[in-house]
Amino acid sequence: MTLTTKSPDSRSTLAQRGGSALGDRVFSWWTLGTGLLVLAVLGLILITTVREAWPAFDAMGLRFITERIWDPNPATGDAIFGALSFAYGTALSSLIALLFAVPVSIGIALFLTELAPRRLRGPAVTVIDLLAAVPSVVFGLWGILVVAPALVPVYQWFHDVLGGVPVLGNLFGPVSSGRNFMTAGIILAIMVTPIITSISREVFSTVPRADKDAALALGATRWEMIRGAVFPHSFGGIVGAVMLGLGRAMGETIAVALVIGGSTNITANLFAPGNSMAAVIVQQFGESTGTYTAALIGLGVVLFAMTVLINVLAQVIVRRAEARMKGSR
Amino acid sequence: MTVTAPPTTRAGAGGPDLTRAALSGRRRFSNHLATVAIWAAVGLAVVPLALVTYTVIVKGAGVMSLDFLTSDIPNSYRREGGGMAPAIVGTLLITGMAALMAIPLGVFGAIYLNEYGKQSPLARLIRLMADVMTGVPSIVMGVFIYLAWVLFVGQQTGFAGALALACLMLPVVIRSSEEMLRLVPDELRQASMALGARKWKTTLTVVLPAAISGITSGSLLAVARAAGETAPIVIVTGIVFAPNSNLFDGFNTALPAQIFRNASQPFEAAQDRAWGAALTLIVIVLGFTIIARLIASRFAIKER
Repeated sequence: MTLTTKSPDSRSTLAQRGGSALGDRVFSWWTLGTGLLVLAVLGLILITTVREAWPAFDAMGLRFITERIWDPNPATGDAIFGALSFAYGTALSSLIALLFAVPVSIGIALFLTELAPRRLRGPAVTVIDLLAAVPSVVFGLWGILVVAPALVPVYQWFHDVLGGVPVLGNLFGPVSSGRNFMTAGIILAIMVTPIITSISREVFSTVPRADKDAALALGATRWEMIRGAVFPHSFGGIVGAVMLGLGRAMGETIAVALVIGGSTNITANLFAPGNSMAAVIVQQFGESTGTYTAALIGLGVVLFAMTVLINVLAQVIVRRAEARMKGSR
Repeated sequence: MTVTAPPTTRAGAGGPDLTRAALSGRRRFSNHLATVAIWAAVGLAVVPLALVTYTVIVKGAGVMSLDFLTSDIPNSYRREGGGMAPAIVGTLLITGMAALMAIPLGVFGAIYLNEYGKQSPLARLIRLMADVMTGVPSIVMGVFIYLAWVLFVGQQTGFAGALALACLMLPVVIRSSEEMLRLVPDELRQASMALGARKWKTTLTVVLPAAISGITSGSLLAVARAAGETAPIVIVTGIVFAPNSNLFDGFNTALPAQIFRNASQPFEAAQDRAWGAALTLIVIVLGFTIIARLIASRFAIKER
């Protein structure tokens, strides 16, 4: 650094502004520390939960995830903690949620990027933002007191019409109450729609203008343009968006706890009550002790591992898709 | 989509008809079908939002009164009347404390990512992990704080709830603040450096003020999100029936936890209180969201 100034003391003035280099070093270390906090918290979550869940893992071994019976207080013998029923409930309710939410979210994202007249775009974005802003417990409250009772006749109708059909009959079995896998899936669908929509929208908006114009210039209708130019370009991003939605659905606790019915159950019947891993933890954590608590924490460990895995994969996919798209623009 | 210029055609042909009418029926039909489906998707998103809002307002307004906002929670779900004052106090204090912890730390984390780490492997790892942390289920965060803090101090407190919410907010604040810092033009940094300011001074007095409105709005959205979190509160704060303004001693409660507990009761009095609490919570959350949007639109970094 060469200084070409007339005043002889200018060098020292320059050096002193804002303190010595020590301030810089302290500040950069401090910011690095806060950044590392993220890694520290994630690491601590893993360590503490696994350590506290160990008694249950130790007692059950691999049966913890392959056993379908969950009996903390048996009349005789040892308590049995099998997470399979709850894992099934988590998977089934999330799957139903995605089945409803993915087409709707992609539709809304297409509406926002390709179809919406300029003056409708703002209100449509606001609707999605508001949907994302409603706390999940409010959806749960609405689900248990309004949606579940209202859907019973609908479920009954499906059971009456399709109950006799060979394969579908298993899915649309007898209805015992409105609190079941299906209701949980529907409520979850509403809750994951905003996240899938907003990511799909970002992905769609990275499709090069030239590709879309080229498709239109070749005489494609708008739908053919979407199918031929938008979808192939954004497939990876959409997969990532769906996985992020899946992660959200699997981890959702309160709304599911309220509407899924709360029974330990593996059945194909969508209208049967069940339970999910997250819901079991919040329902039973307060009344548990000893190995029982450890087993509930174990559910948390399984849930944590699964959501982290899904999220890492999803992030990597979305990032790769976005990077590729930016390169091609 | 009409074509005005005469189409260039091969010799012999009469020139293809490029108007919409020339589309085959199947193509036109599928295009229409897709358009209708897309509009229907938007409608499907509006319906639940409208229904939830309507129900919460109607049912909540039925029990809403000054009394509801200032009374203690009845210690039996069956009993009529009472209010949500302890939960309102709890929500505001716990969320406020969480914001006090998470926002400064998150902003400094963002400063590291955008001003120091940039594209280094460590910064990329932290970025990825922050995104992953956003996806950690809130119930897992609740269990974690229970094990790491509640068992450590030996008591469920409001502060434990604040810690859990802070952990949930932290990655959101980091990522949204980083986006905002990225929008600050490099010329500002260069000008400040050229005047001889140290990097930390440049960051704190030039870069941060330039991005502060965006950071504020992003942080407020994170606060709004956290105010509605239920599962960690249920697990780590215990429950009270009279307001407890001390976060560090004694049980506490918050609106979402009260909604959850009251919603699963068969008694009408409890369900009414749940609706009232839901209306209160939505007003608080929407308040934060609207303020955030206003700040974002009013003081957005000007495009140059």
